[in-house]
Amino acid sequence: MANNHYDAIVVGSGISGGWAAKELTEKGLKVLLLERGRNIEHVKDYKNATKEVWDYPHRDRPTQEMIENYPVLSRDFPLNESTYGMWADEQKNPYVEKQRFDWYRGYHVGGRSLLWGRHSYRLSPMDFEANAREGIAVDWPIRYQDLAPWYDYVEKFAGIAGNRDGLNVLPDGQYQPPIPLNCVEKDAAKRIEKAFGGKRHLIHSRVANITQPKPEQGRANCQYRNKCWLGCPFGAYFSTQSSTLPAAVNTGNLTLRPFSIVSQVLYDKDKKRATGVEVIDAENHQTYEYTADVVFLNASSFNSTWILMNSATDVWEGGLGSRSGELGHNVMDHHFRCGASGEIDGYEDKYYYGRRPAGFYIPRFRNLGGEERPYRRGFGYQGAASRERWDRDVAEFEVGADLKNALSQPGGWIIGMTGFGEILPYHDNRIYLDKHVTDHWGLPVLAMDVEIKENERQMRRDMIQDAIDILEAAGATNVQGSDWGYTPGQGIHEMGTARMGRDPNTSVLNGYNQVWDAPNVFVTDGACMTSASNVNPSLTYMALTARAVDHAVKELKKGNL
Amino acid sequence: MNRRELLKLITAATGTAMVGGTAALAGCATGSREAQPPTYTFTEEDVRLLDEVAETILPRTDTPGAKDARVGAFMKVFVTDCYTPQEQALFHGGLPQLEASAEARYGQRFMALDTAQRTELIRELDREAKAVLAASGRLHYFTLIKQLTLFGFFTSEVGGTEVLRYVAIPGRYDGCMPYEEGERAWATR
Repeated sequence: MANNHYDAIVVGSGISGGWAAKELTEKGLKVLLLERGRNIEHVKDYKNATKEVWDYPHRDRPTQEMIENYPVLSRDFPLNESTYGMWADEQKNPYVEKQRFDWYRGYHVGGRSLLWGRHSYRLSPMDFEANAREGIAVDWPIRYQDLAPWYDYVEKFAGIAGNRDGLNVLPDGQYQPPIPLNCVEKDAAKRIEKAFGGKRHLIHSRVANITQPKPEQGRANCQYRNKCWLGCPFGAYFSTQSSTLPAAVNTGNLTLRPFSIVSQVLYDKDKKRATGVEVIDAENHQTYEYTADVVFLNASSFNSTWILMNSATDVWEGGLGSRSGELGHNVMDHHFRCGASGEIDGYEDKYYYGRRPAGFYIPRFRNLGGEERPYRRGFGYQGAASRERWDRDVAEFEVGADLKNALSQPGGWIIGMTGFGEILPYHDNRIYLDKHVTDHWGLPVLAMDVEIKENERQMRRDMIQDAIDILEAAGATNVQGSDWGYTPGQGIHEMGTARMGRDPNTSVLNGYNQVWDAPNVFVTDGACMTSASNVNPSLTYMALTARAVDHAVKELKKGNL
Repeated sequence: MNRRELLKLITAATGTAMVGGTAALAGCATGSREAQPPTYTFTEEDVRLLDEVAETILPRTDTPGAKDARVGAFMKVFVTDCYTPQEQALFHGGLPQLEASAEARYGQRFMALDTAQRTELIRELDREAKAVLAASGRLHYFTLIKQLTLFGFFTSEVGGTEVLRYVAIPGRYDGCMPYEEGERAWATR
């Protein structure tokens, strides 16, 4: 068994798992990084990275066969030819929908770090205080100040392009120069600033696409191809492959084991410590045990919780961390798919060069400074202005040379944006094990029972009306507000189910992401979130992970784990 | 690829969302699965006809046209692989209807018509398709042909690089580039 022992085991190789592996190995620990899916090697395995739309027989649209294989993905945009095979196999990995839940999973090395939106915002001080102030769920065990230095730390390494805007609602970070706004967006920003008395702001999006090279990481700056999801041969956006994995490998302390499904954390009930993990090899279906002094669960929110639910069941029927009655509960996401779009007159003599992997952002402005809307919390917008393309309506030309000529030129400017709203942590929004349904490896699967409630529905009214008001103030005409409908999971920001807190009776994790009943088990992915904020969460997972590793190694050295 | 931008589906100058690559409507799916859906095939003649219809919609001028982009062959692949059985039925049912319209108007099949006659017929079908859509919300087969012509042409290499503009690796972003009327649009966002 000697060769099956490591100082630390990290389960999952996505955004947070990659960070855990990097930090642990750089601090000198021998680390086993387990990934349930196949390996994808940086650049070499990005097989579509340099393909163009015309290289795909169906021009990047899904076929009926693809739809049949991926009934969940096909409900929304992610199913297409260029990223086909980059999402978890839905036939081998079923789940149960007590209520419809769209679960988009990346089961491969790098996880969804290869398939993320890259928007990287800090939670604000008020986000950490909101639960306590409003008496909702439980209080976060940490405050913004606890995380701020770790945001600094991860931003510098990951490389975030953004502007320091000096807004209380959206703390500034350590940024590279932002990806520019186009001229329509710049003017819109000025008009919005003026129209709302400096209370609403259109700012540069803050994205993990680097605008200055990072030669020490072998990464070039963004080339404005806007093909991030195909894997970037320039390493210009943050992913496990481009950033954290090479750093971990360079230490000589990392062992990466793909095709390793962790079925449980092994638990010593006398010592109240994890001793390691049980792994099912996804290819040969054999079971292996690996031991370690510390275990990091970074398997993605729901799968980290799934592992806990299957662990130490001889001690707690509901699994490790279930003593609180909160394991699997308080599922959150960001509700979105509503907003507005409109036309911008003029600027016919302006166009753009390059394809941005970004756009603009409008930070939260509701329920601030004493305002009380008929709902709690708030929302932000992501959007962009652009000129219409060949897929626009040109009513004056039906067919023929005139039509071709018209569509060969850019159309007028349009501007649009989509709101991203906070979902409150509701105890009865939950996931649980359904032992009647098993996956390809005979393991019980998760059932989802999640819905948005009145608070979110009320918020969506503002998300649409405010978008209309803002775009009209920006000078847009024919502004149309829309609700395209939201289903939980579609935000691909699933959070909660093993929340952090101050009390082992009401939370699963403590203030350093340690499972209360097994302090050498850390959960630092989205499962740990106590509330959701309205900003994209991945940057926060990075910061929480780096902070937790720092704590773990200090505690190890003290002999406390 | 940027899902967070406008969630606008391709309307392609046809007044309705892009057909193809979506699941069968729940209501129809059960029925069609129990009864084996018929299999449709494209003959070489069909592809030639579609090429000519597409060329009438997007003709070669000083830049390439639909035939140069092999739009007929693209339609064959796309309809066969991406359309639901119901959508395929509408598309395949449309080809004899198109010929019937040509016969009714000119007493000849489409391929025998001259350019002016073809253009006239296609204009009429375009109006008819838009009228049906406006009146009943139902899809007309010509709407499918026109969508696939536009989509197939402007996403082709010929359309994307010789009719539109494309730079594989732009290397930089300029959000305020001067533009003069007549200059070509970028092929992709």
